[in-house]
Amino acid sequence: MSVLYSLRDVTVRYGSRSVLAVNELDIHAGEVLAIVGPSGAGKSTLLRLLNFLQPPTTGALTFEGMTFSPGRDVPLAVRRRVTTVFQRPVLLKRTVESNVAYGLRLRGQRDSAAAIDATLEDVGLGGLAKQPARTLSGGEAQRVALARAMILRPDALLLDEPTANLDPYNVGLIEQIVARLNREHGTTIVLVTHNVYQARRLAQRVLFLLDGREIEVADTHTFFEAPKDPRTGAFVRGEMVY
Amino acid sequence: MIDGFREAFSLIIGGDSQLVEIVLLSLRVSGIALFISTVIGIPLGALLGLARFRGRRLSVALVYTGMAFPPVVIGLFVYLMLSRSGVLGSLNLPWIPRLFTPEAMIVAQVIIAFPLVAGFTMAAVQGVDPALRLQVQALGASRWQTTWAILDEARVGVIAAVVAGFGGIISEVGAVMLVGGNIANQTRVLTTAIVLETNKGNFGLAMALGVILLSMAFTTNFIILRLQGRSFDE
Ligand SMILES: Nc1ncnc2c1ncn2[C@@H]1O[C@H](COP(=O)(O)OP(=O)(O)OP(=O)(O)O)[C@@H](O)[C@H]1O
Ligand SMILES: [Mg+2]
Repeated sequence: MSVLYSLRDVTVRYGSRSVLAVNELDIHAGEVLAIVGPSGAGKSTLLRLLNFLQPPTTGALTFEGMTFSPGRDVPLAVRRRVTTVFQRPVLLKRTVESNVAYGLRLRGQRDSAAAIDATLEDVGLGGLAKQPARTLSGGEAQRVALARAMILRPDALLLDEPTANLDPYNVGLIEQIVARLNREHGTTIVLVTHNVYQARRLAQRVLFLLDGREIEVADTHTFFEAPKDPRTGAFVRGEMVY
Repeated sequence: MIDGFREAFSLIIGGDSQLVEIVLLSLRVSGIALFISTVIGIPLGALLGLARFRGRRLSVALVYTGMAFPPVVIGLFVYLMLSRSGVLGSLNLPWIPRLFTPEAMIVAQVIIAFPLVAGFTMAAVQGVDPALRLQVQALGASRWQTTWAILDEARVGVIAAVVAGFGGIISEVGAVMLVGGNIANQTRVLTTAIVLETNKGNFGLAMALGVILLSMAFTTNFIILRLQGRSFDE
């Protein structure tokens, strides 16, 4: 498997506080990597780095052989190959439909009505195309955010708690979509989740972050059945005391 | 009073040529000034609201000062600059407007209006959810596209900024009186004409002008509210 991202000695600091310190992490092209860890562990921060939305304070982030270190601007064409569905989705004050079209429009694509309809259908929102986005429920908004990201067919799709506001039926729906994107289009998926069962269902590998540090990264089976670090086991069983 | 109203309406309905001229000049001067103020003010407001750079605080303070500056003092300043012995007037360059021309009035109105447009635009873009910026960047927005998206989200406030600019100049008397001189058929606009006609005791004409000024302000605000309403509905 080829390496899509590789991080070396990457740190993120806010003032004097270090919130992320990853010594070595590779993300493989075409895999589903789950990131788990307690609140404040640095998961969302890591996703922002992977989407080139903020530079690391120190260290280097390599994407397909191109290395980005602090102070180097990432070309727009590279940033456009990755997208994120954020933990708290921010929709534009427009209709559902034009929210989903937004990323395509940024890339100069206009005649995408059919793709938009199909994508909304996929996330179970076929009837809501004309609805103003600000009137959606939390779970609907989250699914619009997912539709808006997946229609771009990114090489890497970063998902920050994509099912946090959803009922079991819609959780299942979203999980199927994510698995299908990965299987059929080879999309690399990095999934942050608080739900260890979801990590188990979807991911091929799991990364455990604690206080900004990578405690363990292993294939899913090993991670859950035979973790090397005792803290991993404790976290998975919900026994971890922070 | 009643007579005044009657005269006002007959003048308006009759399409009095002097009246028409004054109205058109007011619209032309304030329209051009508002256009220039918008072209300067919106980008400036967006820059001050969104970018971090050296001198930003000072620029913000200057814009706020400009917003609260008495227009008549701006008129005085422009007067002194453009008069024959003034810093700019004495240069005698073709592109520097002369005193007592519509162009001089436009200059004064731009200086009055652009800080209003910039200041309110800045406030509007700062009110947009900061997470929106990261969101649109994650969807592949360039720097310009990001700025545009934020302005678009803040459009209600940005429109209000332009309205504030228009309100600040269309009804202003002091500065246009000073730099325009209220010359009949040349620099006489609605507000200065009202002052003059009232002083002369021509209350009917003054009233007619007042009614027109009011309805112009109402019409522009109405159109703008409609624009805002459309974006609320989306
Ligand atoms: N801009 C910022 N300035 C200062 N501290 C920040 C900033 N952004 C994040 N942090 C801090 O960095 C730490 C990691 O934040 P992050 O959002 O990555 O956590 P997380 O693992 O996603 O948590 P959660 O599961 O609650 O979403 C937090 O303690 C947070 O307070
Ligand atoms: Mg988070």
